[in-house]
Amino acid sequence: MKVTGNVFKFGDNVDTDVIIPARYLNSADPEHLKQHCMEDIDDTFAQKVKAGDIMVAGKNFGCGSSREHAPISIKASGVSLVIAADFARIFYRNAINIGLAIMECPEASEKIAAGDEVVADFDTGIIENRTKGETYQAKPFPAFVKNIIDCGGLVPYTQTKIGE
Amino acid sequence: MGMTMTQKILASHAGLDFVSPGDLIEAKLDKVLGNDVTTPPAVKVFKDMGANEVFDKERVCLIPDHFTPNKDIKSAELTKCVRCFAREQDLTHYYELGEKGMGIEHVILPENGIVFPGDAMIGADSHTCTYGAVGAFSTGVGSTDLACAMACGETWFRVPEAIKVNLTGKLNKYVTGKDVILYLIGMIGVDGALYKSLEFAGEGVKELSMDARLTICNMAIECGAKNGVFPVDDLTIEFIKRTNPERYAAGDYKVYEADEDAEYCQVIDIDLSKVPFTVALPHLPSNTRNAADVTDIEIHQVVIGSCTNGRYEDMKTAAELFKGKHVKKGIRCIVIPGSQKVYRQCLDEGMLAIFDDAGCVISTPTCGPCLGGHMGILAEGERCVSTTNRNFVGRMGHVKSEVILASVPVAVASACEGHVATPEEA
Repeated sequence: MKVTGNVFKFGDNVDTDVIIPARYLNSADPEHLKQHCMEDIDDTFAQKVKAGDIMVAGKNFGCGSSREHAPISIKASGVSLVIAADFARIFYRNAINIGLAIMECPEASEKIAAGDEVVADFDTGIIENRTKGETYQAKPFPAFVKNIIDCGGLVPYTQTKIGE
Repeated sequence: MGMTMTQKILASHAGLDFVSPGDLIEAKLDKVLGNDVTTPPAVKVFKDMGANEVFDKERVCLIPDHFTPNKDIKSAELTKCVRCFAREQDLTHYYELGEKGMGIEHVILPENGIVFPGDAMIGADSHTCTYGAVGAFSTGVGSTDLACAMACGETWFRVPEAIKVNLTGKLNKYVTGKDVILYLIGMIGVDGALYKSLEFAGEGVKELSMDARLTICNMAIECGAKNGVFPVDDLTIEFIKRTNPERYAAGDYKVYEADEDAEYCQVIDIDLSKVPFTVALPHLPSNTRNAADVTDIEIHQVVIGSCTNGRYEDMKTAAELFKGKHVKKGIRCIVIPGSQKVYRQCLDEGMLAIFDDAGCVISTPTCGPCLGGHMGILAEGERCVSTTNRNFVGRMGHVKSEVILASVPVAVASACEGHVATPEEA
């Protein structure tokens, strides 16, 4: 599966408090959360983001709180993929669990600029930067994690277990 | 090749003799934890997946603490959702406001003897890593992981590499576990232990109280760690004997020790006697300074409490330092005992009167201001010295407010001086 989108670029250590500030955590409704996504780092993001857009960030994306509201707000915004040099571990789990596509790729994180048009192939991990005419290779998911993704997330995976 | 404490606990819960860093395993869980923010989405997932009953009603702990006492109608609905689910599932470890044993999740789980050495657990709260202090493996996850774990009592883990933190020496007076963990995070950065376990070891361990160890493990997540863990010693055994005599007597725990030849990807030496009063300036917990070097920073508010520093020893130290002193005029100081038990100890031992005489406001146990929920939100341009755990942009309120992370003694001194200050040598 491939996605194509324009890039919103962020730096290192984007924390879950700026992705979705706690003052909005009194509801877990994706429609509510998406209106405030990235508000404390870019208060125009929610207005500007379009379905299919891609987020590219530096290292340790999603550090801080365990709030699943963070990947939910990004997914509900229409973002098709988050590329980062690496992810904080709880965010990594949460993204896989709720079906927000993520890729770890330090080279893409460094070279892709805001506004670039990017095509990413989830099966091969190849990220193509159409604006710059470059390609980058994302790290593959471990087989166990890929299996969860292929099941459609952690819930269908768990359903097979509690059905046993 | 040997294993670390974390690797041994994970191996045993996965039914394996041996695990290596990078292995992906499925492990049985002794406890599963959620709060009022993370549980409602988990309840929805739990129901949507067709689960009817939690895997064990003794082992699922649901603690409303973030926005409680409910700060608004939406928060009241969240807590109601948790309460209804807890009653429907007849959970043992659900605590209502005011009930004995109630409080901030990571204060009450150790205090009520719910987590013991050798346990493996997850919690839908990033500070679930706190329980490594008692020699358990515990780590934070999100709501979907919580839902699935409530249903089947298992979850998957990637076995972490380990960083050994070798402690030597003894802390100087009024230097605390908080200074140690801030100092460590300052050394390695907010991603310095990403995906790894922090394994504390060395002669210095015995110099650290249980409350100091809880504070240190609590903030392991702030350098990206999966967990932090302390070896089990006499102090740990004394602690579990006191907090849950029945479980102790039943011998329902297991002490794991790291093998001599366990593999560490990094070894960090910390001489406790060299750790200064440490603060983290905005906007990252790794942005640390020697507190004595930044005493020109003026402040508006002080918060003393949270899952990091709301325990008995924290309150006791605060009371000792506040006695006969007063919060500087114009500064607000909010003291939040971390649990109903700690609150009652403060009452019985006259600490509440000391805080009141010093001009502090005393709150019921809540996470409240730590995450910018309620009970002390900052306005634009305001700055707070806080014993909490994060100082990200907008964490405690307005996007242009600031949080400086500090220990209890530094917070008390700062409240009295109106700027970042260190406690006088008593």
